[in-house]
Amino acid sequence: MTAEVPPQSSASLWRPNRQRSKQIQNLVVVITGAFAAISILTTLGIVATLMFETFEFFREVPFWNFLTDRRWTPLFSSKQFGIFVLISATVLTSVIAILVALPLGLLAAICLSEYAQPKTRRILKPVLEILAGIPSVVFGYFALLTVTPFLQSFIPNLQGFNALSAGLILGISITPLVASLSEDAIYSVPQSLRDGSYALGATRRETITAVVLPAALSGIVASLILAVSRAIGETMIVTLAAGQNPTLGLNPFVPVMTMTAYIVQVSLGDTPVGSLAFKTIFAVGMTLFLMTLVLNLFSFWFVRRFREKYE
Amino acid sequence: MTINTSQELASGDAASGKENFDQNLAGRYRADSMFQAAAWGAVAIAIAVLVWLLVDVLIDGLPHLDLQFITSFPSRRAESAGIAAALAGTLWVMALVALISFPIGVGAGIYMEEFSKDSWFNRFIEVNISNLAGVPSIIYGLLGLAAFVQLMGPLTGGRSVISGALTLVLLILPIIIVATREALRSVPDSIRQAGFALGATRWEVVWAHVLPSSLPGILTGVILALSRAIGETAPLIAIGALTFVPFRPEGLRSPFTVLPIQVYNWVSRPQAEFHSIAAAAIIGLLIVLLGMNGIAIYLRNHFQKSR
Repeated sequence: MTAEVPPQSSASLWRPNRQRSKQIQNLVVVITGAFAAISILTTLGIVATLMFETFEFFREVPFWNFLTDRRWTPLFSSKQFGIFVLISATVLTSVIAILVALPLGLLAAICLSEYAQPKTRRILKPVLEILAGIPSVVFGYFALLTVTPFLQSFIPNLQGFNALSAGLILGISITPLVASLSEDAIYSVPQSLRDGSYALGATRRETITAVVLPAALSGIVASLILAVSRAIGETMIVTLAAGQNPTLGLNPFVPVMTMTAYIVQVSLGDTPVGSLAFKTIFAVGMTLFLMTLVLNLFSFWFVRRFREKYE
Repeated sequence: MTINTSQELASGDAASGKENFDQNLAGRYRADSMFQAAAWGAVAIAIAVLVWLLVDVLIDGLPHLDLQFITSFPSRRAESAGIAAALAGTLWVMALVALISFPIGVGAGIYMEEFSKDSWFNRFIEVNISNLAGVPSIIYGLLGLAAFVQLMGPLTGGRSVISGALTLVLLILPIIIVATREALRSVPDSIRQAGFALGATRWEVVWAHVLPSSLPGILTGVILALSRAIGETAPLIAIGALTFVPFRPEGLRSPFTVLPIQVYNWVSRPQAEFHSIAAAAIIGLLIVLLGMNGIAIYLRNHFQKSR
């Protein structure tokens, strides 16, 4: 009788404070939600920054000149702002890079998912990841000081700075991206499709090229577009190895200046804030941002559209 | 010989429509093995370039890598130049990036995976994050230049350690968020259900059970994101990190340089001696990176085995 009812105070210890739990949870949701919203603030910040300074830029430089000038000399006394000079260099290095990264990356992906034994695969994948993790400035060092002299030994008219070795090494640097994204796409093709192909008497290569690759096409194309976008935005390799010489044209043997290399050139100089040269880096940045944005959106759209077909 | 084989096979197969049933097995198998060789060749080329790069850097850089090199400040003469300032700057920036990006990135990941409902706002965040991952890093540099160096200049001290760190934080947040979400998703739902059955709130379940068991996965992602940040050069150049810094950073608002910028500075000089010490600095950078990648790979393997 005496030990039956526990004292009131200790009973309250056993009752969880649900009110407080809920309050803590609400607080956590608000805080973590704010953290998630930082990503939106980042995007808004990027767009606002670029638009503001680009707008300022176009108050001084006519948009038409930006598109039609055939020279890029914002730092000289006779200023010309032909953005296509920088775009041509960017396109040139990116095209060379893709010509390297597409076959290498796709074949490496096929090798990893179709040919390599699981044990070999466990070794090869981290090696490719190391390649992906090497800082671009190291690739720039390699392209400028090793690959260019090597190429010069059999291309005599190759200059010290050139789009060719920059593009080649840029391609090597994005190969792991193509390989790992394509491998995900290839790996997720159902085994039954392969078995069906084998049952019809197809060989392994025929199965891969005629069944597996088409089935994985959306993922492969998406990986390729992302790689192009990465190549366009890559900075240190092209700044170091392709040079700082804005020339219009698609000759891979001479120095060229990409959009990113121009931004670096101005950032390293002592351009006063608010000057026209300072605003040009935002106009160039805007162009770069729009090009990569279009590519990324296209990649998303492509994946969604073609996934529906195969599901 | 090959033609004989294929004709034999074809005639054995069917009499009519010989071209259609010409299997040419030998030719097809030869194409097969060529294709297989090409696939292995691609992997071999990638690895060969990696080895070439590493050997090249090691041969050029190893002779210069000594204690004097690590403890000296940059100099106009290559023999007496060192990476003390860049190393200290890298450590400062990395510590700050880790401290800031870990709670924010993991918090945002938790929100999106555990708390967010399917509203337009959350879908927008989702699309937004995957878009941010595709923005070139130098654009983040322009954002950092406008936001942290100019707009918040009085607070951050302009081209300072904290401006650089905040810029890199924005750059790697999408990576950490995606990695966190994947780690949280891999925790079995039964653990959550058990927690709810005992009357815990969602946050209590996440804090006490889901987070601890997904922590290795989250850490793997965070380390990989940090090792990306260590190697980033372009955004820091864009915000105006200095290339010649003969001192260690003294506080959050101090000017700074980092290893990749020091490497860039030395590589872009015409003198060959500077190229050699650039290789030595690259070795230092790669050792840090490989160490971090090693930890990440170890964590991932460990995590996969224990599940």
